[in-house]
Amino acid sequence: MASLKELRNRISSVTATQKITKAMQMVAAAKLRKAREVAENARPYAERMTAVIANLAAGVSGPGAPALLVGTGSQARELVVIATADRGLAGAFNSSIVRAARDHIASRLNEGREVTIITVGRKARDQVRRLYGDRSVGAFEAGNAPAMERAQEVAAAIIERFENGQADIVTLFYNRFASVVRQIPTGKQLVPPQLPEGAGAIDLKGASYEYEPDGETILATLLPRNIATQILSAMMENQVGFYAAQMAAMDAATRNAGDMIAALTLVKNRTRQAQITKELIEIISGAEAL
Amino acid sequence: MSDKLHFSLVAPERELFSGEVDQVDAPGSEGDFGVLVGHAPFMTTLKEGWVKVHEGEKVRTFDVKGGFADVTPAGLTILAEQASEIV
Repeated sequence: MASLKELRNRISSVTATQKITKAMQMVAAAKLRKAREVAENARPYAERMTAVIANLAAGVSGPGAPALLVGTGSQARELVVIATADRGLAGAFNSSIVRAARDHIASRLNEGREVTIITVGRKARDQVRRLYGDRSVGAFEAGNAPAMERAQEVAAAIIERFENGQADIVTLFYNRFASVVRQIPTGKQLVPPQLPEGAGAIDLKGASYEYEPDGETILATLLPRNIATQILSAMMENQVGFYAAQMAAMDAATRNAGDMIAALTLVKNRTRQAQITKELIEIISGAEAL
Repeated sequence: MSDKLHFSLVAPERELFSGEVDQVDAPGSEGDFGVLVGHAPFMTTLKEGWVKVHEGEKVRTFDVKGGFADVTPAGLTILAEQASEIV
């Protein structure tokens, strides 16, 4: 059995750990609120963007429509974009995204398709490097706060590969924030974009759309912009989900530390009691021997 | 049909304006244009410039850098790459 001194040391070490996890939980809770606000403020832009594209796509179709909108006609090469957080200590948050992406990649490889990967976030980069070292064609950091500049860098890398003919389909993996206790690993096709059904059917009341410059030119600027916007909103959802997951993980860790302190304290008290009893017996039997 | 135009100005970070207004002037890439209620469906890219929002006597001005304007029977939406209000 551990000595009293060892037990005291372990208790104080667990207490220190508990203080840290408790502090991390509170920091994550505060940051969660902030990240949620940011994500909610950004939602209108992404929604309008999708609506505008759906609207345009209904008018511009057939030959001459940009490949970013209708695809290359092939499905042989897929580019998978995996977005996670930069940091850990958030339970299964990062690995659940990578797992979802891995399942997807495995099924694509089974179908004999070619898969390349771009990662956003250090955790995705590390895991992908381990799993698919040679398939990774780009790695970005998520950064402290989701920024449009970063999303545009990622979008530029995606579009470059698409235009070089190295990708026919682009799929994005991230954690969709459902609630504080639930983040859903989600795969979403970025190119060609999946437009919500019926979204293009805006009632023009008999009038026809006018484009300035023409529809194709507008689409050519709007589609890359849309990819960046989608990536940005995925990064924002990730950010919110990450803090929620970290809050939950740190709450569990704090509770575990509490249980551990209680168990160790019990052992410590028993040990102390046993030692006192032993000393008493020694004194009494010593006295009796006289 | 109401005699007000529904206008919203959204930047990637947040929605800067949403509401019923009388008139909006915007810097289209092929020339500035004004939108009143009942404007024909119209879509254009924007260049850098000012978006002026007329609400009765009041005029609010926003500095906009790039983006798109989309006029539908439902109203006008401006998706700006960067926007801020000039006070």
